[in-house]
Amino acid sequence: MAGSDTVAPAAPDTVKILIAGGFGVGKTTMVGSVSEIAPLRTEERLTGAGVDVDDLAGIEEKSATTVALDFGRITIGQDLVLYLFGTPGQQRFWFMWNDLALGALGAVVLVDVRRPETSFAAIDFFERRKIPFVVGVNGFYGDHPYPPDEIREALALPEHVQVLLCDARERDSSRDVLIALIDQLIASAAGANGSGRLTGPGR
Amino acid sequence: MTDSDAAGRLVRPFALTGGRTRPSRADFTLITTVTAVDPPPTWGTRPQPEHQRILRRCAEPVAVAELAALLDLPVSVVVIMLCDLLEAGRITARPPHPVSCNPDLDLLQKVRDGLGRL
Repeated sequence: MAGSDTVAPAAPDTVKILIAGGFGVGKTTMVGSVSEIAPLRTEERLTGAGVDVDDLAGIEEKSATTVALDFGRITIGQDLVLYLFGTPGQQRFWFMWNDLALGALGAVVLVDVRRPETSFAAIDFFERRKIPFVVGVNGFYGDHPYPPDEIREALALPEHVQVLLCDARERDSSRDVLIALIDQLIASAAGANGSGRLTGPGR
Repeated sequence: MTDSDAAGRLVRPFALTGGRTRPSRADFTLITTVTAVDPPPTWGTRPQPEHQRILRRCAEPVAVAELAALLDLPVSVVVIMLCDLLEAGRITARPPHPVSCNPDLDLLQKVRDGLGRL
């Protein structure tokens, strides 16, 4: 991109993680509990068509919609900032997530055990696109009536998808879900590099 | 006080872009970081008030999504105006870290360590 040679305050490198799941499952709560800023809301026009498809003026009208996005920020260091985006919860927008998912490190799918079916679309989306994700079971009032294995079975999740019990209102709990996702990414990156480098989850 | 932020809401968003609904470049993402060029280039015209608002907000590096939220404008509108500013040499833009199917271990470890410090 133009301009990287111009003198200006050094811009940080940026990465993002999506927080997905059904409507009202606690996505914005989780963003807010780990973000260093109060969650910001913005409107984004998302299209069903690929971002590089031009001259679809008529078609675009039919497949574009404006959705509200809630997001937060975690400054990892002077040169690296992590953004968390809460995806639109309404299932009818599931096909619009493509634009959002582009360039994401991975995703957290939040599940409400009282109505897990509201998160099926999100799980399906990331599975089909092979976007790495973990499932966070958000216990309301910190209550977890079911063990992770039962939830895994109920959601028909494959073995490699981690299921974590969490409380989206708690900073530490939300952070641990994000760390589990990153550990999963590190493990698969180490495997893919064939270097045999292993990073224990305790690090 | 006649604040431009208050005046902005009286204007329909796409009036700010001269009716344009799509950007001239497709490479501004939500987490592309933009920074005002200081001092501004001597060539070129004085920016419009809405462009000035953006420039004030990005004196320090800021992500496109944050800019849109702070200005209370849709991302698509902000991106069109950012394209104008980029073409006028008034801002620089840094794209996000590229994510491939074979992610960067060092980057992941940095994110891991940063989260661990929370």
